[in-house]
Amino acid sequence: MQRVAVFVFGLALLAGAGFWWLTRPQGLDDADIATLMALDADPERGAGVFWAGGCAGCHSAPGAEDDDAPVLSGGQRFETEFGVFIAPNISPHPDHGIGTWGRADFANAMMRGISPQGAHYYPAFPYTAYALADLQEIADLQAFIATLPPSDAVAPEHELAFPFTFRRGIGLWKARYLGEDWVLQGDLSPEVERGRHLVEALAHCAECHTPRDSFGGLDRAAWMEGAPNPSGDGRIPGITPGALGWSRQDIALYLESGFTPEFDVAGGSMAAVVRAMARLTPADRDAIAAYLLALE
Amino acid sequence: MPFRTPLLASILGLATAGAVLADTNPAVDARQAQFTLYAHNLAVVGSMAQGRMDYDADAAQTAADNLYHLTRHDQGRMWPEGTDNASIEGTRALPGIWEDLDDFTAKFVALQEAAESLQAVAGDGLDALRPAVGQLGAACAACHDANRAER
Ligand code: HEC
Ligand code: HEC
Ligand code: HEC
Repeated sequence: MQRVAVFVFGLALLAGAGFWWLTRPQGLDDADIATLMALDADPERGAGVFWAGGCAGCHSAPGAEDDDAPVLSGGQRFETEFGVFIAPNISPHPDHGIGTWGRADFANAMMRGISPQGAHYYPAFPYTAYALADLQEIADLQAFIATLPPSDAVAPEHELAFPFTFRRGIGLWKARYLGEDWVLQGDLSPEVERGRHLVEALAHCAECHTPRDSFGGLDRAAWMEGAPNPSGDGRIPGITPGALGWSRQDIALYLESGFTPEFDVAGGSMAAVVRAMARLTPADRDAIAAYLLALE
Repeated sequence: MPFRTPLLASILGLATAGAVLADTNPAVDARQAQFTLYAHNLAVVGSMAQGRMDYDADAAQTAADNLYHLTRHDQGRMWPEGTDNASIEGTRALPGIWEDLDDFTAKFVALQEAAESLQAVAGDGLDALRPAVGQLGAACAACHDANRAER
């Protein structure tokens, strides 16, 4: 009897250790950190990464005006089936923002979803996309954010139900969904490859336009086919060539102006995406259009 | 027994009234038709600004005049309470509109101002038209961002 108890206890310990092992936060490896630290960062290039990455869309204050130098004070709410996530302050404020973060801290947050204290971030922060960015882009991005106005705002806590309050469990989710390769594979023209980088690594279009499986991971088999709106209102449209039926020019102009070919005007969560896309170069908007047309 | 039939009839009557209301609410139809006319005219100045259509001063001015007048249409009977997308089918108007009517009105006023600026310059050439169309589009987007649900 006692033996059985010891055995069961041992199993539980093993399972616990296994869970602990599986869910441990894993940062960038030493070689990547060494490369990262040796880079020269350019805030001007970082501005391009910032707008392509859509940071202002989530991290500016709710209802903030379009601004060249947005205040990343946080506070916007994102309703999901797991609860409400609230974007934190990522302005360069030393105490309330990320002003004192080292470059490795920032890169581990952006590309591995790990905080400077070693906790997992929730994937409401789309680091599974940013994981595909270049180290140079991440260094440039941090240099640009350092030029933005600091804010001492403190965003409220996320409103989540147990067990989602337990950050360690995100490690399991990451083991499944973090570190995936590009979705669009094959022999790509330089333009489509640029579009793929913009769409899959930076602009995270799939976070809204691709449906999710029951664990909240993107269903890559239904890439960009449209999805229920996480906030519960209506559907986010599909943007595959079949679903959209738009020309390259139609797509590029929509991203610039928000005008559909019928001259309706983009709304909902797409409005902020368009405000950011309007700041890219025409060549980059064309590349995104070329990428969308290369799907299927 | 004599009471039953009228009661049943009145319940049925209510039910059909409800169904008619759900499919075609005249206020919802009117405001959607109004927005369709906005798009119809934006298509002219928007296509010119985007280079999809050659600039034509007369056509641009006509569309801009239309937008000026359309955006002055009184909204009084178009937004009755209870016509949000949480209460009825067939609309994308979000309940937040009625929670902050001042903000909604301010966004309509911003649209009127943008339409007025467009009207003032629409006939003055493409370089004058472009930024004014951009401004008008931004006024449409600002309201759709906050007040219109996804399809
Ligand atoms: C879809 C919305 C969204 C987008 C887009 C987004 N973030 Fe975030 N971000 C979040 C959320 C939500 C969190 C909080 C995650 C958590 O608490 O686990 C977060 C957390 C962070 C953190 C950690 C802050 C801290 O105090 O620990 C950083 C840094 C960050 N984001 C930077 C960025 C940058 C830079 C971009 C643009 C490239 C970006 N984010 C784009 C939603 C977003
Ligand atoms: C934050 C969520 C979100 C992100 C990120 C996002 N979209 Fe959208 N997108 C939407 C919503 C919502 C709509 C519907 C807009 C409306 O209701 O007017 C939409 C509409 C569109 C449309 C028009 C579809 C139609 O049938 O009218 C296109 C094209 C599009 N998005 C492309 C993109 C591209 C390209 C990206 C990445 C650069 C992207 N979207 C990123 C939410 C998003
Ligand atoms: C003050 C807010 C506001 C402004 C400004 C605004 N819209 Fe809208 N728009 C809405 C709302 C709300 C709906 C949804 C109406 C409904 O479904 O009941 C809508 C719906 C639409 C529709 C869909 C109509 C349909 O048939 O369902 C189009 C097209 C449209 N708007 C175009 C425009 C254009 C173009 C402009 C600018 C010239 C514009 N809107 C400005 C709030 C606004």
